[in-house]
Amino acid sequence: MTTDSTKLFELIIAASLTNNFVFTRYLGLCIFFGVSKKMETALGMGITFTAVMMISAALSWVVYNLVMLPLDITFLKIIVFIGIIAAFVQASDTIMRKMSPGLYYKLGIYLALISTNCIILAVPLINADEQYSFLESLAFGFGSGIGFALALIIMASIREKIEVADVPAPFKGMPMAFIVTSMIALAFMGLSGLITI
Amino acid sequence: MEQQSEISYWDLIKRGIFSENTIFKLAISLCPAIAVTSSLKTGFLMGVAVLFVQAMVNTSISAMRQFIHPRIRMPIFMLVISGWVTVTDMSMAAFAPAAYKQMGLYVQLIVAFASILVGIEMFASKQKIVASFIDGVGRGLGFLVALVIISFFRELLGKGSLWGYHVVNAKPFLILVLPAGGFFAVGLLMGFFNWMGTWRAKRKTLATSHPSQPGRLVT
Repeated sequence: MTTDSTKLFELIIAASLTNNFVFTRYLGLCIFFGVSKKMETALGMGITFTAVMMISAALSWVVYNLVMLPLDITFLKIIVFIGIIAAFVQASDTIMRKMSPGLYYKLGIYLALISTNCIILAVPLINADEQYSFLESLAFGFGSGIGFALALIIMASIREKIEVADVPAPFKGMPMAFIVTSMIALAFMGLSGLITI
Repeated sequence: MEQQSEISYWDLIKRGIFSENTIFKLAISLCPAIAVTSSLKTGFLMGVAVLFVQAMVNTSISAMRQFIHPRIRMPIFMLVISGWVTVTDMSMAAFAPAAYKQMGLYVQLIVAFASILVGIEMFASKQKIVASFIDGVGRGLGFLVALVIISFFRELLGKGSLWGYHVVNAKPFLILVLPAGGFFAVGLLMGFFNWMGTWRAKRKTLATSHPSQPGRLVT
């Protein structure tokens, strides 16, 4: 049991820090550069992503291991995972609108952006490739979500400062965001020896 | 209902490569632009994969455009895209297994590309088949060119080699093939293209205001 829980903890740390999706796997960059302009949106996006990643990791694990592996139709995984995520996002959108309009008002717009996002789709694909168990998949989804939220928050706090800084004209906006990201990625490389999986 | 495209095929290709370049101008679908560009070979293969998917998806959507109800178009688009991505994914695993090992995940993630959805939504779902095919090729070529430029610089400066062959006999900047260097290279290239764009625009306005000295940059 202890080895199990240590393994899970290691997975969470590895997925969020040493193998951070944004800085070492380069996923979710569109969202990362798109919504990291304001702290508030970054926070909302981070929370929504973490929740959606965990739930879609669980759902797709169930479908992959209980339906697709026995039937030997794993080559359909791209289509099936996209379907699962889109259906789940659509469902939670509808449910949230009815159950808690306040939360929907805050996080609803992010949900709409999520359904066809590479970082969400990557979690089930990696889970399937690595043949994680159910709990490991959940831990991986959770760690990835936390890592992505962390990246968004760091980036948002830096970009709020850059807005008032004197950046050379051709580098305004995107190029500067890229260069800042490379600096953060350098810092994250320092964590790489922490845990190896 | 049919919208006739007013621009010629050549202009469609030029638009895909220059004014609407996926990476440098629209700044979407950036993940593979950094992930697979640490060597020229993987960058080129990824570009070809995207070019193929984009062209085929555009063609098939355009062929089916009269049968797709606008309200359910998104799920249908996604189905068509993931079908073609699966085709590409499996053929790459079969024909280029070594490169596929490095970039397999990113090939599968072509399915979530904003640029492909943009191509369908803006163009292929309204235009004739040939024009859509050309538009797809243009956008795909733009992506390919961007990936080749980025990976050319990253491999040359980061490893001192090109396409796996050793060319430079000096100590390379290892940082450029590491994750951090990828962001840095793309940032610098984007800044460079922005600078070129403003420089050319300035030259053009100067050329029209001083017809006697066309193209001379006087400040």
